[in-house]
Amino acid sequence: MADMSYKEITSNGLWKNNAALVQLLGLCPLLAVTGSVVNALGLGLATMLVLIGSNVAVSLIRKKVSDAVKIPAFVMIIATFTTCTELLMKAFTYELYLILGIFIPLIVTNCAILGRAEAFASKNNVISSALDGFMMGAGFAVVLLVIGTIREIFGVGTIFANMDLLFGPIAANWTINLFGEGYGFLILVLPPGAFIVTGMLIALKNIVDSKLEQLDAAKKEPLVKGAKRMRTTGTIS
Amino acid sequence: MLVKSIRFNSFVLGIFALITAALLSFTYEGTKERIAEAKREVAKRALLEIIPLTRHDNDVLGDTVKIPKEYLSILGIKNGEINLARSKDELIAIIVPSIAPDGYSGKIQMLVGINVDGTIAGVRVISHNETPGLGDKIDLKKNDWILDFNGKSLENPKPKYWKVKKDKGSFDQLTGATITPRAVVTQVLRTLQYFEKDKVRLLEEAKLQNSTKNAPSIEAPING
Repeated sequence: MADMSYKEITSNGLWKNNAALVQLLGLCPLLAVTGSVVNALGLGLATMLVLIGSNVAVSLIRKKVSDAVKIPAFVMIIATFTTCTELLMKAFTYELYLILGIFIPLIVTNCAILGRAEAFASKNNVISSALDGFMMGAGFAVVLLVIGTIREIFGVGTIFANMDLLFGPIAANWTINLFGEGYGFLILVLPPGAFIVTGMLIALKNIVDSKLEQLDAAKKEPLVKGAKRMRTTGTIS
Repeated sequence: MLVKSIRFNSFVLGIFALITAALLSFTYEGTKERIAEAKREVAKRALLEIIPLTRHDNDVLGDTVKIPKEYLSILGIKNGEINLARSKDELIAIIVPSIAPDGYSGKIQMLVGINVDGTIAGVRVISHNETPGLGDKIDLKKNDWILDFNGKSLENPKPKYWKVKKDKGSFDQLTGATITPRAVVTQVLRTLQYFEKDKVRLLEEAKLQNSTKNAPSIEAPING
């Protein structure tokens, strides 16, 4: 674990050990705010920011803090970064902040963040930790974004609605209305929709993983050939 | 040994607390003004939607009157101020904050604009937790149901008909949602009734503020 290559860190964060789909951490905000693309993107970016900041800070102090006070120190760091992010969002994207509401301060309780601080940043150098924070955050944000997109498209029939909350007035008419006015598929907008979509994504990831494994196995097979044991049971026709 | 370790650890944590507190106060100081600005901006936009700039020429956001304590419970709020809209120094409408306590999922926070003649200038929902797709049609972004209130008053319809059609009133309910519009209609009615009771004092107060503000330059405003 101590010396992972950057490639490994990247694939870990984005796919193999994805915070949302594999570790299933931070599900509460994941399920609650992914009703639309803009909400998902807002929370994803905020979480990523906190994750990078806390990983770097934890890595910087990893040799100076004894085990006894490690956790309180980490919590203090994470709380600070979360509050800073909250203030910044209030200052620059106030209306988005109003929508995301309690879930911004709640980033502090996202286990993915304390988990990365404890499991990775406290054992690795600053650059690896920053990259890990970025990749873990990106993995989380991408999942949020995918769920948000699916729920927005099929739930309300739009995509990129209200993007001006995040990108300012230029984005005011980015909204694409896919199925015409009045379309709505309520269950996807409501919390059960979040569970359903997340479940399907996890299933999809498992399918892809097992396909990849099969491919790998198929590739390896020729090497084993020739060294096979003789068949000793059954009939040979 | 133990004492030494405790001392060392508390020292480290203390330093930490100092650094993080410093970082926080730094960010706070840096963003304080922008946040206040953003808050004002949002509040102002809601007010301007109800009473557009074509109808008034004063600073609605800054022109306020306190709501007396005895009326706070009718309006469902803990504290708040009424914004006054004037045109040529004459009061034309007031905007009252009001909260319906009985939405489908919690409180529905609204702004109710009332013209001085007692008709509704406009109602906007500021925040709510109603069901997306059903109850959230009270939000103008989703549906123009809320515009139905424009021009209504305690005379039209009579208070007994300030209900949704399902309850034999004269307001449409929303498809799939009755509780939400019921709550909104009732609260708008309560707000109108508040205005009825407090009208005399409000007009008096508004006139007073006006004359103290522009005392030397302008003769007594003609007011209705």
